[in-house]
Amino acid sequence: MRIALFITCVNDLAFPATGIAVTRILRRLGHTVDFPAEQTCCGQMHANTGYRAEAMPMVRNYVDVFDSYDAIVAPSGSCTAMIRDQYPRLHPAATSVAARTYELSELLVDVLGVTDVGAEFPETVTYHPTCHGLRMLRLGDRPLTLLRQVRGIKLVELGDAEECCGFGGTFALKNPDVSTAMLTDKCARVRDTGARVLAAADNSCLAHIGGGLDRHRSGVRAVHYAEILAETGALS
Amino acid sequence: MSHPVAPATGGGRIRTPLPFPTAAKPAVADTQLRANLHRATRTIRAKRARVVDEVPDWEALRDAGSAIKADVQRRLPELLEQFEASATAAGATVHWARDAAEACRIVVALTRATGADEVVKVKSMATQEIELNEALEAAGIAAYETDLAELIVQLGDDTPSHILVPAIHYNRAQIREIFQRRMADAPADLSDEPAALAEAARAHLRRRFLSARVAVSGANFAVADTGTLVVVESEGNGRMCLTLPETLISVVGVEKLLPTFTDLEVFLQLLPRSSTGERMNPYTSMWTGVTPGDGPQDVHIVLVDNGRSAVLADPVGRPALSCIRCSACLNVCPVYERAGGHAYGSVYPGPIGAILSPQLTGVADNASLPYASTLCGACYDVCPVKINIPEILVHLRQQAPHPPVERAAMRVLSWVMRSPRRWAAALRLARAGAGPLGAYRERRTGARTLRRLPWPASAWTRSRDLPLPAPQTFREWWGKQ
Repeated sequence: MRIALFITCVNDLAFPATGIAVTRILRRLGHTVDFPAEQTCCGQMHANTGYRAEAMPMVRNYVDVFDSYDAIVAPSGSCTAMIRDQYPRLHPAATSVAARTYELSELLVDVLGVTDVGAEFPETVTYHPTCHGLRMLRLGDRPLTLLRQVRGIKLVELGDAEECCGFGGTFALKNPDVSTAMLTDKCARVRDTGARVLAAADNSCLAHIGGGLDRHRSGVRAVHYAEILAETGALS
Repeated sequence: MSHPVAPATGGGRIRTPLPFPTAAKPAVADTQLRANLHRATRTIRAKRARVVDEVPDWEALRDAGSAIKADVQRRLPELLEQFEASATAAGATVHWARDAAEACRIVVALTRATGADEVVKVKSMATQEIELNEALEAAGIAAYETDLAELIVQLGDDTPSHILVPAIHYNRAQIREIFQRRMADAPADLSDEPAALAEAARAHLRRRFLSARVAVSGANFAVADTGTLVVVESEGNGRMCLTLPETLISVVGVEKLLPTFTDLEVFLQLLPRSSTGERMNPYTSMWTGVTPGDGPQDVHIVLVDNGRSAVLADPVGRPALSCIRCSACLNVCPVYERAGGHAYGSVYPGPIGAILSPQLTGVADNASLPYASTLCGACYDVCPVKINIPEILVHLRQQAPHPPVERAAMRVLSWVMRSPRRWAAALRLARAGAGPLGAYRERRTGARTLRRLPWPASAWTRSRDLPLPAPQTFREWWGKQ
């Protein structure tokens, strides 16, 4: 199976560790991962902010770059949702590649049939299901199924977990007061858990929640769950 | 060559006087309001979830509701004429209003013709939308709201902030204060117990019901094949208004039609469970024209367009007309919970308001509302008629006038990101440019983040640290493999 990694623009620039983690997990499971260098951005920010025309060149580029792969994995619920949910409506030629694009937990659980990726992570972790993964991709408990198999992990439940953190892409900038009010409540629920690590499937939401947690010096670290699945504990 | 005439946009209380972010600011800062909304929305949300979970065919009901409404939208003109014929045959008089002003003129004229100088009102979104109370008052006619929450809002010289629970922004202590200040016949020792407040309102309203000669209502449903109007309520005050006065005037949006009486089977299951979280609402009133010797003998129906034809003309935005005003989307919306209903500036707040108001007025007049959402999708999941609110929000954002600076930035970014070569160069540049700053911040604070930036980035850094580009981008790491 030819698997390609769609890193996403935000991860490429600010969160390369997540992409490195995805690569390591898949290689550890015996798969070869390709990283087509011509990839750019899925166009979600443009499309969802009202600039569909400006998003279209990115949509077409995605189809050109990834159409030849059997599976494309993206470590982002919202970018995957953009591709799977919006691409077929925006660009009919994207329907097939959109259906072959998976969020990491979908690729692991549904396509590769793996729930134990051989990870070890001795920390207390709480998981926030980000909105597009939860309600557009319907990831369900796939990420948690993967995390439950991690050696040494202590998973604690997040209160009001399914409530939006208030990021919403450009919403965070256009509606800073409401966004901050939602963030404050999300951070409070995270701190209620006593977890030292907050995991989620989207680094953009995590930058928002983590940015809030850091501002309040909460001592809680926000990480993409791929980085937990990549940990093996040993110095390998 | 002839050009089709664009359908007219609507008037009334459906425009935001202030942009949503500005209007939301005081609400977010009002801790009492936040607490009231938090408690109330979560209570209704939990009740709804309980009674929806117990219906085994809920998803099939949603599909049926959505399909019936889509059918209505496909053949609205035909169904409206059928409704007019059925209602007229049953003894009602049907009036047509293009917009809010025309609807108000019709109701004022009909009321004047009876000689009455006051009307009692059934809770109605349509009459709030067209600002009927203000029009009646200007004509020297007093309009008395009889729904408990509408009465509270009216006595408080306020406007509704929720579709189902207009006074949701008040707690019971605030309601007692309003009653004591504005209700002349309120008991001097009125407590803030819900039963005592309801009893005071009951005594106050009973006198109004007995003296009123004209009632004004809306309708939840208008049945085309029988000419029947339906009002669904909890208190019974609506039933009083619909049965006691001699004249009954009902203001009905044209989208309220259902093709057949049998279709009510679907909606009378969907609506109460979605709105009040009850299996069945206490009072469902239905009337078909005039029944001689029983109830109002002078029955009028004012069918209002007020921008709805413009919504109908847009195939993507059209499902907004399927809304049955249940409020489930308000009660699950994290933005509504923090901002409150008044921030939306329209009688239709929350997620449904964010797609309905801009379509009724034209997006340019309500340009901030399609952006008053994180696109979290909670509203779509609970909508009893499956309106894809996030999809319509994104659709309307394409039509909104964009700020010039934002537009320029988006175009530049698109120009960079459409080219793999330019994007790779931009990543290198951003990483290299931020390198020394990132290293400095890491030495000083232990993290590659920024804490304070000037406008417009301050919108982010006011409440969150901003991550700087990593020391090497992912593609640089990959290239070294």
